[in-house]
Amino acid sequence: MLKIQNLHASVEGNEILKGIDLSVNAGEVHAIMGPNGSGKSTLSQVLAGNEAYEVTGGSVDFEEKDLLEMETDERACEGIFMAFQYPVEIPGVSNSYFLKTALNSVRKYHGLPELDAVEFIELVNEKIGLVDLPKELLKRSVNEGFSGGEKKRNEIFQMAVLDPKLAILDETDSGLDVDALRIVAGGVNKLRSNKRAIIVITHYERILNYLRPDFVHILANGRIVKSGDFDLALKVENEGYDWLKNELQTEQPVGA
Amino acid sequence: MNQSIAPIEQYTAAFEQFEKQTAGKEPDWLHQIRKEAFAYLQETGFPNSRMEEWRHTNLSPLLQQSFQLCRDDRHDVAADEILPFLVENLDAHQLVFINGRLDPKLSDLHGLPEGVRVESIASLLQTDAARLEPYLACQGSFEGSIFAALNTAFMQDGAYIYIPKGAAVDKPIHFLYYSAPNGEHLASHPRSVIVAGQSSQAVIIESYAGRCGEEYFTNAVTEVALGPNASIEQCKLQRDSDKAYHMTVLQAHLDRDSRYKHHSIILGGGFVRNDIHSILDAEGIHCTLNGLSMADGNRHIDNHTWIRHAKPNCESHELYKGILDDKSSGVFKGQIYVAKDAQKTDAKQANQTLLLSDEAEMNSMPQLEIYADDVKCTHGATTGQLDDDAIFYLQSRGVNQKAARSLLTYAFANEIVHQIGCEPIRGQLDRLLHERLPMA
Repeated sequence: MLKIQNLHASVEGNEILKGIDLSVNAGEVHAIMGPNGSGKSTLSQVLAGNEAYEVTGGSVDFEEKDLLEMETDERACEGIFMAFQYPVEIPGVSNSYFLKTALNSVRKYHGLPELDAVEFIELVNEKIGLVDLPKELLKRSVNEGFSGGEKKRNEIFQMAVLDPKLAILDETDSGLDVDALRIVAGGVNKLRSNKRAIIVITHYERILNYLRPDFVHILANGRIVKSGDFDLALKVENEGYDWLKNELQTEQPVGA
Repeated sequence: MNQSIAPIEQYTAAFEQFEKQTAGKEPDWLHQIRKEAFAYLQETGFPNSRMEEWRHTNLSPLLQQSFQLCRDDRHDVAADEILPFLVENLDAHQLVFINGRLDPKLSDLHGLPEGVRVESIASLLQTDAARLEPYLACQGSFEGSIFAALNTAFMQDGAYIYIPKGAAVDKPIHFLYYSAPNGEHLASHPRSVIVAGQSSQAVIIESYAGRCGEEYFTNAVTEVALGPNASIEQCKLQRDSDKAYHMTVLQAHLDRDSRYKHHSIILGGGFVRNDIHSILDAEGIHCTLNGLSMADGNRHIDNHTWIRHAKPNCESHELYKGILDDKSSGVFKGQIYVAKDAQKTDAKQANQTLLLSDEAEMNSMPQLEIYADDVKCTHGATTGQLDDDAIFYLQSRGVNQKAARSLLTYAFANEIVHQIGCEPIRGQLDRLLHERLPMA
C-alpha cells in the first residue's frame, strides 16, 4: 500500500530525514518509535503533504501512485489520514460542519453523491460512540476549548467517519492520561481491518501495549535504524534508547 | 491650493436651482435648515486628506465627478430587478425607493399595526410636515459632517418610521434605496428618520443597492431616536454596485434604558464611507454596533464610529470586522468618548481585519477618550491573514485549498452574521456569503 524509498526531507534548510525506507501493507499496524528530534513528526508531516517540509530526495508511492506529486487534500481523498499531534483549533467552524464538508469533499472526489444532513447525522451517530465523544462537541467550534483528551478523541472520531486506507497517528498518545489513552486506543483498535493500514508514531511504548503493532521501527537521526516485532518496543520500554546509541556506534561504518 | 473649490461651486449652482424648484412647495423651517446646511458646506468646503477624519480616504475620485440630482420619478426598474435585494423569506413592511424617490408600486405597507407609520418623507412633507419638524435634522444635525450637510441641502425623499409608545411591530420594517441611473451620473441623498417611542420594539432593515456596473453617488443620512426603554435592532445591508460612491451618516440618539443593536453589513460599493454617531444620553442604555465589510478589486471601505457615553451605567459593545482581498483598502476609526459624568461605563471595542492578499491594506485607529475614573473600557485591533495551520488541517481532511480558505473566511464573517437576531436576514447573509465564498 505504502512504499517509502530513500526519503530525504528538510525543514528550513536542515535535513531531518536522511533516507527512510519503509513498506506498509494493508491490514498491518506499524509503530515508529524514536527519541525526540529523530524525525518522527517530520515523517508524518511529509506524508500528509505539509509544504513547510521540503522533500529533497527519494520517493513515496501510495497504492502505486506518486504520493509526493499530490496536494494535501488529494492525499486525503486518496485515503490518507493523519491524526495530528496538535489538532488545530478553528474558531467559527462547527465540528460537525467541518466534518461534513470534509466527508463530502472526499465523496465528491470519488464521484459519490454528497451526504445530506440526515444521512450525515446517522453516520455520526454510528461512529461517535467509538471514542465516547460527547455529542455537544459536534456543535462547538473545531477543537476550540476542547481538553487535550477531547482533541485526540476528536481526531480518531474523524478517522472513523472518513474511513481512510492509511491512518498515521502522530503522537496521538502524548499528553493523555491512562483513561483517555485507553479510550483512544480502544477506538483505534475497533478501526483496525484487513483493508486498512495504520502507522503509529509515538515516543512512548504505552499505547503499543493496547495496539500490539505487527512491526516496530526505531527512527534515529533521520533513518530507521532498527525494525522488529512488538518485542522491540518492550526492549525500548525496559532499556530506553541508550542501548541503541551504543549499537549504532559500533555499526556506524556500515552506513557511512 | 484648495482642491475643494471647484465641487462646491458646482454644488452652488445646483443648490440655487434646487431652491427654485422647491420654493413654496415645502415648509419654511425646512428651507431654513437647507440654507443653513448649504452655508455650512460653502464655509467649510469638502475635506481633504490632511484632515484627521479623512487621512486614509482620499475624496478626490468622488469630487472629480459631476453627479446630477434625479429630476423625476420615472425609471425602468421592474419588480424582478429588485427581488434579489429584498430579504428572502421575510415578510416585511416595505418601502422601495428608486433613484432616491419612493415607488409605491414596489412598496408594500398593508397591515401596519395601528399608530405605526412607515411612509415617504416627500409625501409626509406634503401632507403632515409638522410631524417631521421635531426630528428632521435635529440630531446634532450636520455640524462636523460635510456629507450630512450636503444631504440636508439636497434631500428629497426617504423613509419615515414612527413607532408609538409601547408598540411592538409585528414584522420587520424594510426600506430599500435602489439606484438604476441608466448611465446618467445620478446622485441621491436619501434621508431616513426613525423614531421609536417609549418601550416600543422593532426590527428595521435599511438596504442600499444598485444596478450592476452602474456609477452613481448615494449620500444618505439616517436619524434615529430611541425613547426610554425602546428596543430596536437595525441592520444596514449595503450591496451597491462596485462602481458606486456610497456615503452614509447615521446619528442615533438613545434615551434611558433603551437597547439599540446596529449591524452594518457592507458588501458593495466602490468607494464607501460609513459614519455612525451614537449618543448614549441617559442611564441604563445598551448599545451594540457591529460591522462586517467585504471588499475586493480596488474597492475602498471606510468605517468611522463614535460612541458617546454621556451618562453613567451604560454599556456599549462594538465589533467591526473587515475582509479585504486583491488591492482593496479599508479604514476603521472607532472613538469611544466617556464623559466625566459617565461613571460605571462598560465599553468594549474590537476591530478585526482579515487580509486575503498581500496588496490589500487596512488602517485601524481605535481611540478612547475617557474623562470618568470608574469605568471598564477595552479596545483592540488585529489585522492578519488566514491561519496556515488551519488551512493545512482542512486540506488534510480532503478539503481543497480554495474551499478551505473560503470556509475559514466564512467563519470569520459569521461571527457578525451570527449576532443578527432576525433569522431571515441571517439566512440571506449566509446565502450571500456562500455565493462569494464557494466551498466546493
